[in-house]
This record gives sequence, structure tokens and C-alpha cells, in this order.
Amino acid sequence: MILTFNILVAVSLGYVAMLFAVAFAADRRARAGRGGWLRSPLIYTLSLSIYCTAWTFYGAVGYAARSGLEYLTIYLGPSLVVIGWWWLLRKLVRIARVQRITSIADLVSSRFGKSPWIGAVVTLIAVAGVTPYIALQLQSISLTFAAFIEGMDGGMDVDFVALWTAIGLALFTTLFGTRNLDPSERHHGIVMAVAVEAVVKLFALLGVGVFVVWGLGGGIAGTLARIDASPIPMWQGEGGRWVGLTALSAAAFLTLPRMFHVLVVENDDDRHLAVASWAFPLYVLLMSLFVVPIAVVGLERLPEGSNPDLFVLALPISEGHGGLALLAFLGGFSSATSMVIVATIALATMVSNHIVAPLWLSVRGPDEVARDLRGTILLARRVSVAAVLALGYVYFQYTGSGVALSSIGLIAFAGVAQILPAMLGGITWRGATAKGAGAGLLLGAAVWAWTLFLPSFGTAIIPQPVLDQGPWGLAWLRPRALFGIEGLDPLLHAVLWSLLLNAAAFGLVSILTFPNPLERLQGAQFVNVFDQTGPARTWSRSGAEVEDLLVLAQRVVGHETALDLFQAEAEEQGKSGHLPDATPGFLQRLERELAGSVGAAAAHALVGQFVQGPGLSVGDLMAVADEAAQILEYSARLEAKSAEQERTARALREANDKLTQLARQKDAFLSRISHELRTPMTSIRSFSSILQEEGLTPAEARRFAGIVEAEAHRMTRLLDDLLDLSVLRDGQVTLERQEGTLAEVIDRSLLSAGALKGDLAVLRDPAAEALPVVTDLDRLAQVFINLVSNARKYCDADRPELRIAVQRRGPQVIVDFVDNGSGIPAPEREVIFESFARLSGRRAGTVAPSGAGLGLAICREIMSLLGGSITYLPGQGGAAFRVTFPQGVAAAAAE
Amino acid sequence: MGRRVLLIEDEPNIIEALSFILTRDGWTVHTHSDGTTAAARVRTGSPEVVVLDAMLPGRSGFDILRELRADPSTAAVPVLMLTARGQERDRDLALRLGATEFMTKPFANAEVLAEVRRLAGG
Repeated sequence: MILTFNILVAVSLGYVAMLFAVAFAADRRARAGRGGWLRSPLIYTLSLSIYCTAWTFYGAVGYAARSGLEYLTIYLGPSLVVIGWWWLLRKLVRIARVQRITSIADLVSSRFGKSPWIGAVVTLIAVAGVTPYIALQLQSISLTFAAFIEGMDGGMDVDFVALWTAIGLALFTTLFGTRNLDPSERHHGIVMAVAVEAVVKLFALLGVGVFVVWGLGGGIAGTLARIDASPIPMWQGEGGRWVGLTALSAAAFLTLPRMFHVLVVENDDDRHLAVASWAFPLYVLLMSLFVVPIAVVGLERLPEGSNPDLFVLALPISEGHGGLALLAFLGGFSSATSMVIVATIALATMVSNHIVAPLWLSVRGPDEVARDLRGTILLARRVSVAAVLALGYVYFQYTGSGVALSSIGLIAFAGVAQILPAMLGGITWRGATAKGAGAGLLLGAAVWAWTLFLPSFGTAIIPQPVLDQGPWGLAWLRPRALFGIEGLDPLLHAVLWSLLLNAAAFGLVSILTFPNPLERLQGAQFVNVFDQTGPARTWSRSGAEVEDLLVLAQRVVGHETALDLFQAEAEEQGKSGHLPDATPGFLQRLERELAGSVGAAAAHALVGQFVQGPGLSVGDLMAVADEAAQILEYSARLEAKSAEQERTARALREANDKLTQLARQKDAFLSRISHELRTPMTSIRSFSSILQEEGLTPAEARRFAGIVEAEAHRMTRLLDDLLDLSVLRDGQVTLERQEGTLAEVIDRSLLSAGALKGDLAVLRDPAAEALPVVTDLDRLAQVFINLVSNARKYCDADRPELRIAVQRRGPQVIVDFVDNGSGIPAPEREVIFESFARLSGRRAGTVAPSGAGLGLAICREIMSLLGGSITYLPGQGGAAFRVTFPQGVAAAAAE
Repeated sequence: MGRRVLLIEDEPNIIEALSFILTRDGWTVHTHSDGTTAAARVRTGSPEVVVLDAMLPGRSGFDILRELRADPSTAAVPVLMLTARGQERDRDLALRLGATEFMTKPFANAEVLAEVRRLAGG
């Protein structure tokens, strides 16, 4: 099989298209709620394998060829973590779930009092640390292309491959990673694609390994003999470097943003960790099984000076096995792409939540907050994806392909490892403070940059004299020999100093400073996550307008999700309608929901904009100050009990109010009937006597007679309505079950309400309306007619508009009627469904008087007879009504 | 120019009927249908007679009456109060608040006309 550049490109594109299909299908399954197996422990474990990037796929062999078995440390660290630090991972996963953590920056920022600064610092460290890593993947892809086209005609520019790879990956990531602002930040499609890639790369490496051992090495015994005879120093290097590298890779496994993302954020179930604790080490064992044989055989067979980083690919090529080479290429391609995709999503989430959102919040005034937060965050995320990949590409261009794969990887590891002290300290030590974390992070990052990152550019940034003598002649600041300690391996030197100073600063400053109340609270929450029944209250009281909060929530988590959240809370509180009381508990839950989309710091700031008064009282802190688990549990039980009593009391109070109100209403009702009947009667009587007199012009007579007729109609309508209402209330109606589509009912209603000729623009959704329903269609139409006529009569916009939105939720059909007028003021919303609740709106026309104010009362009775409801939807701008009813039995059976 | 009557009422057809019979009788009829600004309208328009409906959008006729009587400049203006609720309570309340006369809807045209004339003359 002869491989040309074009075939290679075609295969890569085909492979990527397959991944698209997998991701797309998985996303769809998950959205349809049939994604159970997508979330199995197996998929979870496979997704963890993004730890094995192109660096481990190709670079491990190169590493082995240069330094013997030292490459094992890279696998050893993470394996030790999943086996031995199982409890720590479980704690992280639990904290992330309780606190709705979206990224590692979010975790650290949330722990330290939801501090935006800490979040931004962690984000910057992560971007700086991961950029070389992304460059590494681009480099590996362009190197492998180069390996293939070596010897082929036409010197193809490999940079061009890297560039297009970066663009393609940006596209894929934007499509599947930033399509929407998911409150849980879970990406089924991407996790599935990553799992598939994990299988491909394992097969590829095993395939090459089997070929090398049995095809070239002469079986197991032969290969072992070759290894013994090879010039590679298998146990080279001092023990310190082994320990150091193992610890470093363990740290990186926990702190790399992409690892944190698959390990913690995408985790569905603590129990998956139990499977991963043996399955992941098994996976990396298989990945590392053939590394040494490939390195040894490669050194033997390939010409002197071949790049050992490419042995996995070069061996099959040089032996003329095109198919195997292609498999190896796909394996490497998978390793690179899956890492880049997940890393980019994780970084983009961090950049948008911890840099863009806080900046944006501080630039905009409180009035403008959240006008379009959702759009801004999504856009920021998409731009961040592109920016992160562009940075990676620029780094790749800058460092060129001269650096060995493994050294770039280790630089990245050391960078992100700076987050470890703040993270571990944060979840185990309640005394840790934000100032301490900030000091540690900044100092560690600075030392890392000075001793490792900047020198990686060669002498381009740090000139040779500074490397040799230190800046301004300060020898103790030499990047390779900090504090005059020489002779250490440069990597070990950098890791030791940066982490040592980082941890020391973190500890010291934490001891010397005092945490603010929110930090204290979050600290207790994180450290004692398993002892808590729920998150503590961070809001002690509230002056918040619930409707403002609803508008805010809609803009962050989306329309329906927000409404559901508020309605569920209202039900929980025992209130009817969509608006719960803004209790501290509710504010807390709301903030947590928002945090799932925009991060803890931004969510806290957003909710804070709407809540007056101090966030935390001394009393709240007392609960945190010395909680033994028992006291907590006891008080939790007490609280539950008193909450229950409160609910009962509230229900009783509401019932009592309702009764008193009913008695009052009966009086008012009679008096209103009298008024509503006497008013048309007055016109009729007055004009009738005028008409009996002489001297009227024919035009006057005609007009007056017309008024008499119109008023007589009004009275008839009123009597009809009254009868209708009393029949409906007594439940003496027989409902007709008719089949039809929702579209027909809406068509009919618009026609009857005269909406087709007036100036009211009606916006509809034909696709959603093509919904078969089985119910009393005439009664349903009566409700719709009422709502449309109300919009015609009362919508006071210059260009009145009525939007009719239809959706299905389970067996329920939901139809929203939303106009663009000024809406109904909050106090009047309570009464609109009562009889004769005509509001002080404008009247249409002078001859035909408006209705009697029984319309919505009748609608409510009808909807309750149809097994549904009609409610006023707050926070929609104009007047908005939601009609909900069951779709009907026959339609469900027809599906 | 005839004598001025101010009609504070919100039902368009009743306004038309009353305007017709009063105009034909030689009155200059001004109408006002917003409860919140009605009292001010009485002050600026200084009509000879006010016909005041009890139920208005924005503010009840009783409230308006109370304000008119509390203000020295309008305390003496004759007010004919109309109500469609027709309860004794309303009548008592209207008279106690200082309505000059009280009538329930529906009314006879001739009676209204007679009352307005009487109030203007008295």
C-alpha cells in the first residue's frame, strides 16, 4: 500500500467525520433521555485516557530510547492517584456536584470565598501551562505527516498541516463543546468521541507492539534478548528524579484542566471511580507494555539519527506495512485531537467564566447586568476556543520542532502543578485563606515561569548572560540555580523550588491572614463535604424582587429551566404560581444553579446585585464556627421540622385568607353584577326615550338605535358568561372529546377573536403547532379566543404583537400567549382570574363596550375541567399567559 | 354661551346620552373620564353643576367628592352623583360626603335634566 499525502489527508478527514457522527449521535441520544449507557463506568474510564496524549503515544518511545524506563513515571503517578487517592477524588467529585463546579479554576475560586481574583489567576496559570501542551499536539501531528511524506516528491509544508489541524479542532470544539450553556457543563457527545479515540489509540499501539515483538523481534524471548543487548540504559538516572517525576505526573493528573474536566466535571456517579481505580491503571499498563520493545527494535533497525519520537510510525513504514502505519498514524492523531478538544473546552470555560464574565460584570452597571449574559458567555467561550488554539499554534511556530516531545509535556505538567497546593489545601484545611492561596499561586507561577517556561524558548526571552549570571548580576536568581543550588536536573530544580515556595507562601500567608465570612463558610463546606446535608446559607436575608431574579435566571440558564426552577421552589414553599419568596435558602439554590453556567464567583456577584443587606450575619457564621457532625445533623433535623411547620402554617394561613376573601368576593360579586347589568341598561333606557322624541335627524336616530342594540348584546353576553361560569363552577358540563391539531384550534380562535384583520401581529410556530390533541376543542378554543381578544384590547405597544409558543413536556402541552405591551402590574395579577376583574386599561371603540371581566375567570374554570391550568407568566416583558393541558390519551397511543 | 355642566363618567355610551339631552337643553357640556384628574378638572373648569359617576377608572367617585368638599374653591359646587350599584350604603355614603343629589342608574332622562336644572338654580 502506497501512502500519499492526499490519502493521509483523506483518511484524517474521514476519521474526523466519523468522530463528528459519534459525537452528534451521542448528544442526540442524551438529549432524548436515552443516554444511560453513555454514562457507564467504562466510558468514564476511557474518557480518562485523554491523559495519554500524543506525547505518551509517540513520545514515550522516544523517552524510553533516550532514558530507559524513566518514561514509566508518567504512568505511575496517575495510577497511584486513582488507586491510592481514591478518597480524594471522591471528595473532589462530591464537592464539584454540591457546589456545581465547572472547572478547576471554579473549584479553587469557589473554595476561597468565590473570589474572582483567584479564579482569574488559576485560569491564567492554566492557559500558560496548557498552551505548550496544545502546541505539542500540533507538533506531533505535523511531525507524523512529515514522516509520511519524507521521500515523497514535493516538499509539503508541514506548518500548513498544523494550521489546518488547529482550525479543524477549533471548529469541532465550538460545535460540540460550546453549543449551549449547559448548567451541568456535561458534554455527552465529546465524552463519547473521546472514548472512541481512546479505543483507537490503544489498538494502534498494541498493533504496532505485536508487530514489533512477533514480526520483527522474534517473539517474546527474542525481544527480551534484544532489550538486554540494547545500548539503552534502562535504569538510568537517580532515584530523586524518579520520585520527582512520579509526583509531578500525579500532581498534573489532578490539576490539568482537561483531566479535572473528565475526572470531576463530567463525572456522573462517585461509583464510577471504583471501576476507574483498576481499569485506568490497566489501560495505561497496556499503553506502556510495548514501549520498550518498540524503542529497542527501532534503534536497531532504523538508520542512525532517526527521531525516536517517531519510531511508532517509522517502524511500520520502513518495513513496508502501510496499513499498520496508517493505524499508528490514526492512533497518534486520536491522542492529539482528543486532548486538544477537551483541553480547549476546559480552558474556554475557565476564560469565559473567570476572566470575561467578571470583567463584563465590573464594566456594566447593575441595571444592565445580565441583559444578555448568556449570549456574552457563549460568545466568549467560542472566542476563547479559537484564542487558545491560536496561542497553541503560535507557541508551536515559535519553539519550532526542535524540542523533544517529552520535555514540552513536562513543562506543562510543572506549570499546572502550581494549582495543587491551593486545591489540596483548600479541600483539607479550613484555615486556608484566599490571600494565602493567591500568594502561593502567584509565587509558584512566577518561579515556574522564570526557571522553566521562559528558558524553554531558548535564549530568545532570557538572554545567555542572565542564564549564566542571574539578572542584574544577582547570582542567587539564576534561572537554573535558584539560591545558588547547582547541579540539580533543571526540571527537578524548577519543580522543587516552585512547589516548595508556592506551598510555603500558601501556608504562611494563610496563617497570618484572616478569612472573610464567605471564605470561612465555603472552607467548611469543602472540607466537610461528606458531613453536610446541603450547602450552607450564604444569604441571611433578602430584599430581592423575585421577578428581577427570575429575569436574571432566564438570561443565564435559559427560559424554561429558570421557570421550572422557580415553579418548583414555589411549590416547595407551598405557594401557587411561578414566583416563590426570595428566602435565603432559595437565593442559595439559585446561586448554585447559576454557578453551573457562569462559575461560582460570577454567580455570587450576580445574585448579590439584587440582594440588599449583608450577605452573612454573625448568626449564620455561628453555625459554621464549631460544627460537630452530630450538632449539624441534629440542627438539620430541627430545621427540617420547623420548615415543615412553617409550610403547614403557611398553607393554613393561605386557606384562611382564601375563605375570608371568598366571603368578601361574594358581596363584591353581587354588587358587580348589579353594576354590570345596570350600566348597559342605563344607555338603553336613556336612548330609548330619546328615540321616542321628535326632531331627531335620521343619522342620529340610526346611531342611537345602534347603541341600544350594542348594549343589548352586551347584556346578553354578560348573562351568557354568567350562566357559563356558574355551570362550569358547578361542574355540570359535559365535555366533548374531539380530535384535532393544535394548529386548527389556534386558527379558529384567531378568526373568532378577529385577530386576522386588526393591527395585532400574531407570531406563531407552525412546526410545534402540528400537534394532535384530544380534548374538548371548543372549550379550548374558547380559552384561546379570550386570550387573543385580551391581547387585542389591552396590548398597548405601538406595534402590538402576540407570540403564541407551543411546547410539549411529557404528556402535557404548553401554550404561551405573550404580547409586547406593558404587561399586568404585579398587584393586579392576583385578581385577574377572579370574576369581574377588569383592569384599568384602555377601551377599544366607543360603540361596542368591552367585556364584563368574566373572561379569565371562565378560562380558569375551563382549563381546570380539561385537567390543565392557566397561569400568568411573570418576567416576560408584556402580558403573558401559560395554558397547560394534557395532550390526550389517543394521541399518546398513536405515537 | 349656555351654562356649564361637567360630566365625570367613563362609559362612552352614557356620556353620549347625557351629553345629548343636556346640550339640547342649552347646556355647554364638558366631559371627563379619568378619575385621577377629575378633581383638578373641576377646579380649573369651574362648572355650575358636576355630574359624577361613582365608579371610575383610577379613582372612585366618592374619593373625588371627598376631595372637592375639602377644597374651599370647590366645596360649594353642586354635585349630582350617579351610581350603578344601587345600594342603600352608596346613597348614605354619597350624601354624608356632601353630594347635593344622588341618583341610581338607569335613570329617566327627564329626572336627570330636572335635577341638573334644580342644582344650577339653587
